[in-house]
Amino acid sequence: MKLSLETIIDQYRADPTRLMDILLDIQSAKGRIGRTAIDLIAKKCKISVVDVEQTVSFYHFFSTEPRGRYTVYLNNSVVAKMMGSEKIARAFEKEAGCTFGSVSSDGLIGLFETSCIGMNDQEPSAIINNVVFPNLTVHSVKKIIEGMRKGKKVSELQTVKPGDGNNGSKLLTTAISNNIRKKGPVIFSEYKQGEVVKALTTLTPQVIIYTMKKSGLRGRGGAGFPVGLKWELCRKSAGDKKYIFCNADEGEPGTFKDRVILTERPQLLFEGMAAAGFAVGSDQGILYLRFEYYYLKEYLEAILDDMRKKKLLGKNIAGRSGFNFTIRIQFGAGAYICGEESALIESAEGKRGEPRDRPPFPVNKGYLGRPTVINNVETLCAAAKILLFGEDWYRSLGTPQSTGTKVLSISGDCLYPGIYEIAWGSTIGEILEMAGAEKVQAVLVGGPSGSFVGPAQFNRKLCYEDLATGGSFIIFNESRDLLKDAVLNFTEFFIEESCGSCAPCRFMTVILKNKLEKLLHGKGVAQDLVDLEKWSSIMQANRCGLGQTAANPIRTTLSNFNHLYTVLIRTNDDFVSEFDLKSAVADSCAVAGRKPMLHGA
Amino acid sequence: MSKPVIATASLAGCFGCHMSILDIDERILDLIELVEFNKSPVDDIKTFTKMCDVGIIEGGCCNSENVHVLKDFRKNCGILVSLGECAIMGGLPALRNGIPIKECLEEAYLHGPTIEKGNKIIPNDDELPMILDRVYPCHEIVKIDYFIPGCPPRADLIWDALVSLVKGTPMNLAYETVKYD
Ligand SMILES: Cc1cc2nc3c(=O)[nH]c(=O)nc-3n(C[C@H](O)[C@H](O)[C@H](O)COP(=O)(O)O)c2cc1C
Ligand code: SF4
Ligand code: SF4
Repeated sequence: MKLSLETIIDQYRADPTRLMDILLDIQSAKGRIGRTAIDLIAKKCKISVVDVEQTVSFYHFFSTEPRGRYTVYLNNSVVAKMMGSEKIARAFEKEAGCTFGSVSSDGLIGLFETSCIGMNDQEPSAIINNVVFPNLTVHSVKKIIEGMRKGKKVSELQTVKPGDGNNGSKLLTTAISNNIRKKGPVIFSEYKQGEVVKALTTLTPQVIIYTMKKSGLRGRGGAGFPVGLKWELCRKSAGDKKYIFCNADEGEPGTFKDRVILTERPQLLFEGMAAAGFAVGSDQGILYLRFEYYYLKEYLEAILDDMRKKKLLGKNIAGRSGFNFTIRIQFGAGAYICGEESALIESAEGKRGEPRDRPPFPVNKGYLGRPTVINNVETLCAAAKILLFGEDWYRSLGTPQSTGTKVLSISGDCLYPGIYEIAWGSTIGEILEMAGAEKVQAVLVGGPSGSFVGPAQFNRKLCYEDLATGGSFIIFNESRDLLKDAVLNFTEFFIEESCGSCAPCRFMTVILKNKLEKLLHGKGVAQDLVDLEKWSSIMQANRCGLGQTAANPIRTTLSNFNHLYTVLIRTNDDFVSEFDLKSAVADSCAVAGRKPMLHGA
Repeated sequence: MSKPVIATASLAGCFGCHMSILDIDERILDLIELVEFNKSPVDDIKTFTKMCDVGIIEGGCCNSENVHVLKDFRKNCGILVSLGECAIMGGLPALRNGIPIKECLEEAYLHGPTIEKGNKIIPNDDELPMILDRVYPCHEIVKIDYFIPGCPPRADLIWDALVSLVKGTPMNLAYETVKYD
């Protein structure tokens, strides 16, 4: 039976800080969040209608209009396109009888695009009614739409077998594959559920923090902040309640390692969160999970349940009195910016994912104003293993300033896309060889907010001392048009994902994109390159990492692939305009019913 | 040596930038000593009578006449300066850029709340400039050599910029003058 709006809102005690959950449930029950729902939420939660509307309008997966009984979200990211998603898109349109961005006239099928869904190693892929369909072909699209017309359940539409590892387990049964190509000693090594929290019972918070500091562990979400210091700051921060967040937003195009860790090592992660809670004095953990990974919900909740039953979570964990820690899952609703820690907190509080001004930092004033630790999935798993095997063991891996291992998500032009847990300090060349990549033109290290590097730099090492990375590693071979296929698409991605608070992030991205397009149209002059360089440096003035790095695809290709730009510019002109009076006045003249007069203009 | 010649125009702007030029107060007397004005609303000369050294443009281009004037300025001025947010970015008029021009015109002339009954027509006289699909910043249409930011740019900034330009001295743009957010 479908739930009524009232019941859904009451389930969350009409708590405005649970607005995301309320909206997600309504979207899934009703297929949209309409006027009645918005008004009712505002009334019951005692917030303004605008408060509800601004959250609804912020996230990709919320809609005020129906999006079809079956809603297809096709990934439009760079790698998806490299793997043929355009063809898949045309097939969907042909079979469904509507174009992307619309719903078929009978209301059955809605076709929409979305940013990277964390399946780069099995593209083209789409999410249909919360189920992921990887490795799509024109043939499978045909079958899927046929199934929809027959009214099949979305789980019955899958045309391929369940994937490897836990993907095939009863609660998951998803066609997604792990593609773990290289297991390392930290994340994917042997592990028995419960051993971390049991080890904790002999430790004190101070010892845990000391161990983290000694191990040299740094955050794996991209920024590389020392874990021991973060935990210590939060421990020392005064607060009646503290929170541990695991950041599983994984929105950086080209990263999908957290998805695989969540599939294969969820218990390790949850124990890592409990350890963090024990260290800082928090009894509440929240896993902020991107909506794209909604298919993991039942599976993860079953594991949490099981761990509670086994006293590995809950009250007096592993028999240690006073060691209390519970975990709940908070879903996002499609917004890259929500991976930024303060935006993540805003989102978890039911608001638009707009980064906060810092200070105060989350360790002092985070979720609901309380001291909060936010760590990446991989970070928390590594922390758990360090507590098992010690800081010396951890330090023996990697390089002096980049201890331990790093899980890479490798995709693009290579034979073996997938997950590689490598020791820090490996060179790009070594990794390319492992992945079976040939005739490589460029590697994008760290996703679009990272850097494009060319063969001249393939001897560079992945580590904080040289090239730091959150793990996204996208390979482009010589046949790719780097500027058109990658740089332009990534710049559009940032335009789409900017929260809009800061002026340069909001409009400089658009100006840079227009310039790039001008160059690609063959209308560029030398000054345009100077402008690109100079103007993109203004992006430093933005508030958060998104805006500060949004020009990186352009900046790093300008410096490492300058020849791709210089061949595009007109050397004989010092100014070229793309303005065309005839087309600029066509519409206004048509609606006024007058003939354009173009002479003398 | 003859005095440098200056021309100014207001395109799709509010004349606020020109007001800000006048806001240099008594320095306007120094300015007259320093330069000669040609085509400009300041002296009401309607057409260029000679080549000018500096052209100052307020406002972006929202119609065909703006484009015409701007191109005329480019032809007749050695140096062209975009003065103020509207010239540089389109400014307030560019708020319509996200809305198709058909909708804008229909709202303004057919469906708006202040439209008289029986009097509904979208102006179509051939004498009227044609409206562009969006408001363009000047540098997308002709080459612009310098940009003076602000809405409007402060009088001191305009003064400093003009003096630097005609004297050929370097100009000091203080941080506050370029930081607005
Ligand atoms: C735009 C943006 C997106 C981010 N996305 C993620 C993400 O998806 N996952 C993540 O762990 N960190 C992400 N971060 C980094 C977080 O802000 C934060 O540094 C991190 O979660 C802290 O955990 P760590 O210290 O364990 O890395 C993002 C940062 C920015 C600026
Ligand atoms: S930099 Fe961009 S994403 Fe970050 S706060 Fe500013 S506008 Fe929002
Ligand atoms: S920049 Fe400001 S003052 Fe100048 S024309 Fe535009 S709106 Fe008016």
